[in-house]
Amino acid sequence: MTDTLAQAAPQAPATPPRKGGALKNRHVLGWLQAAPLTFVLIAFLVAPIVMIVIVSFWQATEFSIIPAFSLENYEFLFGSPVTYRVFLATFKYALITWALTLVIGFTVAYYLAFHIRSQSIQIALFLVCTIPFWTSNIIRMISWIPFLGRNGIANQTLISWGVIDEPLEWLLYSDFSVILAFVHLYTLFMVVPIFNTMMRIDKSLLEAARDGGANGYQTLVNVVIPLTKPGIMIGTIFVVTLVMGDFITVRFMSGSQRANVGRLISNDIGLLQYPSAAATAVVLLCTVLIVIGILLRFVNIRKEL
Amino acid sequence: MERRPRSFYILTVFFALFVLFLYGPTLTIGILSFQGEGGGLTFPMRGVSLHWFRDLFQEQAVGDIWGAFRRSFALGLMVMVTTVVVSVMAGLAFRKRFAGSGLLFYLAITSLVIPSILVSLGVGLIFTQLGLKIHWATSGFGSQLTWTLPFGLLIMFAVFNRFDASYEEAARDQGATAWQTIAQVVLPIIAPSLIGVALFGFTLSYDEFARTLLTAGSYNTLPLEVFGMTTNVTTPVIYALGTLTTLFSFVIIGVFLFAVWVMGKRRARAGSDAGKGV
Repeated sequence: MTDTLAQAAPQAPATPPRKGGALKNRHVLGWLQAAPLTFVLIAFLVAPIVMIVIVSFWQATEFSIIPAFSLENYEFLFGSPVTYRVFLATFKYALITWALTLVIGFTVAYYLAFHIRSQSIQIALFLVCTIPFWTSNIIRMISWIPFLGRNGIANQTLISWGVIDEPLEWLLYSDFSVILAFVHLYTLFMVVPIFNTMMRIDKSLLEAARDGGANGYQTLVNVVIPLTKPGIMIGTIFVVTLVMGDFITVRFMSGSQRANVGRLISNDIGLLQYPSAAATAVVLLCTVLIVIGILLRFVNIRKEL
Repeated sequence: MERRPRSFYILTVFFALFVLFLYGPTLTIGILSFQGEGGGLTFPMRGVSLHWFRDLFQEQAVGDIWGAFRRSFALGLMVMVTTVVVSVMAGLAFRKRFAGSGLLFYLAITSLVIPSILVSLGVGLIFTQLGLKIHWATSGFGSQLTWTLPFGLLIMFAVFNRFDASYEEAARDQGATAWQTIAQVVLPIIAPSLIGVALFGFTLSYDEFARTLLTAGSYNTLPLEVFGMTTNVTTPVIYALGTLTTLFSFVIIGVFLFAVWVMGKRRARAGSDAGKGV
């Protein structure tokens, strides 16, 4: 980014100021062009967040919500052991999913970037990996049922092989199926940024490593992984935030038997307890933003695109 | 060409397993949607039939899925067009490094990483409190944009980071106005990437669930309708629906990729004419 800008930037001051006044000012023109984006983000992102923060201090009866200033939603939230358990479960899902998607995503990206020599095959295989991203998550979750169910393919196969006598009960509607679905849905968010970063690695660096006597493993650990870190960070941001903010995968894949923070919020919404849902949402948002803030210290997103 | 190392073959197997993992379940429900009339949600197949696809076309069996499909399609097109236009404008704006652009950028990133249910809840609350009607084409539309626009913007960043500014300089030197430069030089050059932005805009909207959940109002979009079905439909009709919508997504993706391919071909042909005279 910096070098592109370095090339682009001198033009503006180099051109003598032309007539046209404010429209020639890059700040004014910039904001005019960015106005639609700004409008959407303010109306549908900033305002809703502000609204949630306000409502989190309101009170609720069974039928309506009452404007007030009360801390009872937060008192209840922080006073309940359920909250801590659910937040812990949310972190657990995020951590396990992150580790699995990282290993799988890195391996797939590494294969595509360094082992496929023909560019057209590389593009084709990359598309094979990305296409599921453009299809429905809900349908992709549903499609695990015939596989994992009590009489599903997995159990039938294992029984016919004689590995087990009784069908395994923990395949569907368990932590296992929740994490499996997360990995299935979100590994792509690791593959794409890691692949993108790997494609920018100068191949002569790998040759230099080999000429210097490094074996394959040493090249991987000392050359490829350090250079791929920005991609890993971007993928991590995607996967961690998607898993932490999720409520539907956990609900569907656990058959409503497991909980994470997102489900806590959606349950409150279902009961029309908006202030309590809003308070939980505020805490979730702060948690996610802190995690992102930490991760962003390791990467400059704009530079990596 | 040098000999393939052993790691190549190991990784090829790994990659093949990954692809199987990605597509296997989808293929499974594809097969099971042809389940015979007496068959259930899992194997074995009890005959092969189109029974469940026929069921889809009978309103009483599955509710209003065709209405939901029409709404999702219309919303997808609205989001697609808006995403392309707004992302290009914002992309052009960010090149100018205007004061405050950093803040706007981080706002867009926040929009991407914020838990979807917050957008859904917040927009729903605002519309209710302001007395506005919650409708898929207003509140739903805006909520979906908070998901598609950051993707569009990131793609525009990637595009403009690789954009050769000397084309613009050349246009300006020839006396083109700012608008002519954009319309006749910049936009044609970045056109293939805009198809990519359009693909993201449409498909992300068409499949969006969480941000639409509390903002669609009384008329469901297709993903909401499908989710509703998971709780009360226990026949393979849901596989038939899943298979059809997935096929529809594949067709849409195919059309967009084909458009990019055709554009690349035409460009290559036009490029080869250069310098040969007309």
